[in-house]
Amino acid sequence: MDMQVTDLAVARGGVTVLEGVAFTLSGGQVLVLRGPNGIGKTTLLRTLAGLQPAVAGRVVAGEVAYAGHADGVKAMLTVAENLGFWAAVNGVGGVEAALEAMNLGALRHRRGADGSAGQRRRLGLARLLVTGRKVWLLDEPTVSLDVASVALFGAVLRGHLGQGGAALIATHIDLGLPEARDLDLTPYKAVQPALDEVFG
Amino acid sequence: MIALLLRDLRLAMRAGGGFGLGLAFFLMVTVLVPLGVGPEFEVLRRIAPGILWVGALLACLLTLDRLFALDFEDGSLEVLATAPIPMEGVVAVKSLAHWVVTGLPLTLIAPGLGVLMSLAPEGYLWLVVALAVGTPALSVIGAFGAALTVGLKRGGLLLSLLVLPMYVPTLIFGTDVVTRGARGLDPGTPLLFLAGITLGAVALLPFAAAAAIRANLK
Amino acid sequence: MSIWEYANPKKFMQTSAWALPWVTGLAVVLLAGGLIWGFFLTPDDFKQGSTVKIIYLHVPSAMMAVTAWFMMLAGSLIWLIRRHHVSALTAKAAGPVGLTFTLIGLVTGAIWGQPMWGTWWAWDPRLTSFLILGLFYLGYIALWEAIEDPDTAADLTSVLCIVGSVFAFMSRYAVMFWNQGLHQGASLSIDKEEHVSNVYAFPLWTCIAGFVLLFVTLVLLRTRTEIRARRMKSLLARERVA
Repeated sequence: MDMQVTDLAVARGGVTVLEGVAFTLSGGQVLVLRGPNGIGKTTLLRTLAGLQPAVAGRVVAGEVAYAGHADGVKAMLTVAENLGFWAAVNGVGGVEAALEAMNLGALRHRRGADGSAGQRRRLGLARLLVTGRKVWLLDEPTVSLDVASVALFGAVLRGHLGQGGAALIATHIDLGLPEARDLDLTPYKAVQPALDEVFG
Repeated sequence: MIALLLRDLRLAMRAGGGFGLGLAFFLMVTVLVPLGVGPEFEVLRRIAPGILWVGALLACLLTLDRLFALDFEDGSLEVLATAPIPMEGVVAVKSLAHWVVTGLPLTLIAPGLGVLMSLAPEGYLWLVVALAVGTPALSVIGAFGAALTVGLKRGGLLLSLLVLPMYVPTLIFGTDVVTRGARGLDPGTPLLFLAGITLGAVALLPFAAAAAIRANLK
Repeated sequence: MSIWEYANPKKFMQTSAWALPWVTGLAVVLLAGGLIWGFFLTPDDFKQGSTVKIIYLHVPSAMMAVTAWFMMLAGSLIWLIRRHHVSALTAKAAGPVGLTFTLIGLVTGAIWGQPMWGTWWAWDPRLTSFLILGLFYLGYIALWEAIEDPDTAADLTSVLCIVGSVFAFMSRYAVMFWNQGLHQGASLSIDKEEHVSNVYAFPLWTCIAGFVLLFVTLVLLRTRTEIRARRMKSLLARERVA
């Protein structure tokens, strides 16, 4: 099992939004986070990525790779340089394979600034392949991708699962993964404390 | 970490302005001061160390607000925070890159500007030594200020308000090294103080700056 | 019962509401007493004439300017270590008060210095370090104001306060190294021979006690305001979530 979460509570802007979240994620599994806007999907992913502290609960996990709303693409570097940098930071290779997997081979010498939003997003997702990490935390990964690219990403994700990887995804669209399980966050919505308990 | 250093240097070269802007600003300050205070040789010679140091200080400040802000805006900082490099290392490497792009060139062109300011001949060596020893502290202290203000839309002005008071000890000792050197006195004591501040800042401030960045990413 | 119970905002509001009138009253009595005693009931100095009497404002405010910074430092450390909101908010509350004391110290010093030294301002080490302390206060207050999220603001200002303390301290010694100065020696000290005579010292101590209580009053008041503001913010944030 690659990630075990028990009784987790997370907060956004000092207000607890989710509590009692519990799930396990093993190699080869995908968990899709569901729930209306503002329920706390992004907050949950950021907490699991270690970017913000949890209010309560326990997270047992190895190192994770996180892809948020921003792609982390440098406008003044080429596509290959961008990806090469992240591979070097993570100390793994596979830049060429990652470029091919997201169909970026032909764009390798193009600057980040010259790519479209969809191309930059593809580059942002290709970065996951050069992290060498088993659990991927993805926040709306398919934003600005066209249908073909979504299918491409679906294939990349299946490949990752095939190698024993796992993924936790916040998304509203169907990625075409039959094995995906849903995790509806609505039941975990935090009950707000009584009025006079708020900062008092 | 080396990859990060190389990336930052490459970005500084490509984005332009990185190298040039600080130097041009330094030159501008040194040209404006004699125009303001008058061309008297004696006056210029006396104020030269101070003006050169203040110019270097302000030139350093100029590029600081982009140190982390660019990485923050495009999401790289978030990804770096989850990468296997400790945030302290990121801060240290980015400060080093900042120094290579601003502090080092400032140190190298300072003697040329010393001529404009009629610096005494004995002072040139000490000017270079003092700037070489002192400017790393300016970059690291500045990185701390940049880390505090990274999440702010208009952090530039606040950044200078936070950073400039912390430049006081470096300015005082740095200027004193040059002044003593130019008068033919022994600049050993202020030079040791200057080196002490730089070493202390380089050793400790990355931790404070990393804490600030983590708080800003929350 | 542990001292940390007072760090609970509710408990703090209760206790401070009870203590505030007493502290305020005592501050007014001590300040009025000390200043009247000092201004009207002590003789003029044989060298400085009646100018010396500004000491009753100058020395206490200068002392409190430094004390306020130490209080901010303590509050910041407690926030970083134990995450008590009240301690972060007292540090925030102390900032503007400390800055005001610093300004009072500088202005009364200038008024005192003009007839004594013949100049409003001299780049004397003590004056210069006070000016620099004022700049540190400005930065600290500006950082609090600039950051929207209150917990992030508390984190960042706390780190700034700790690092700033080190640099303020270094600046003080750097400035002493830089220039020797005109300022007279310590006005009050326990172990030194050189200080003011008892005629001036007793009303001065009364004024200092008054200033300490004035500081406590202001910080309590401002902290209460900050706690209410925080509560309001939390309620609004909660409304957005619901």
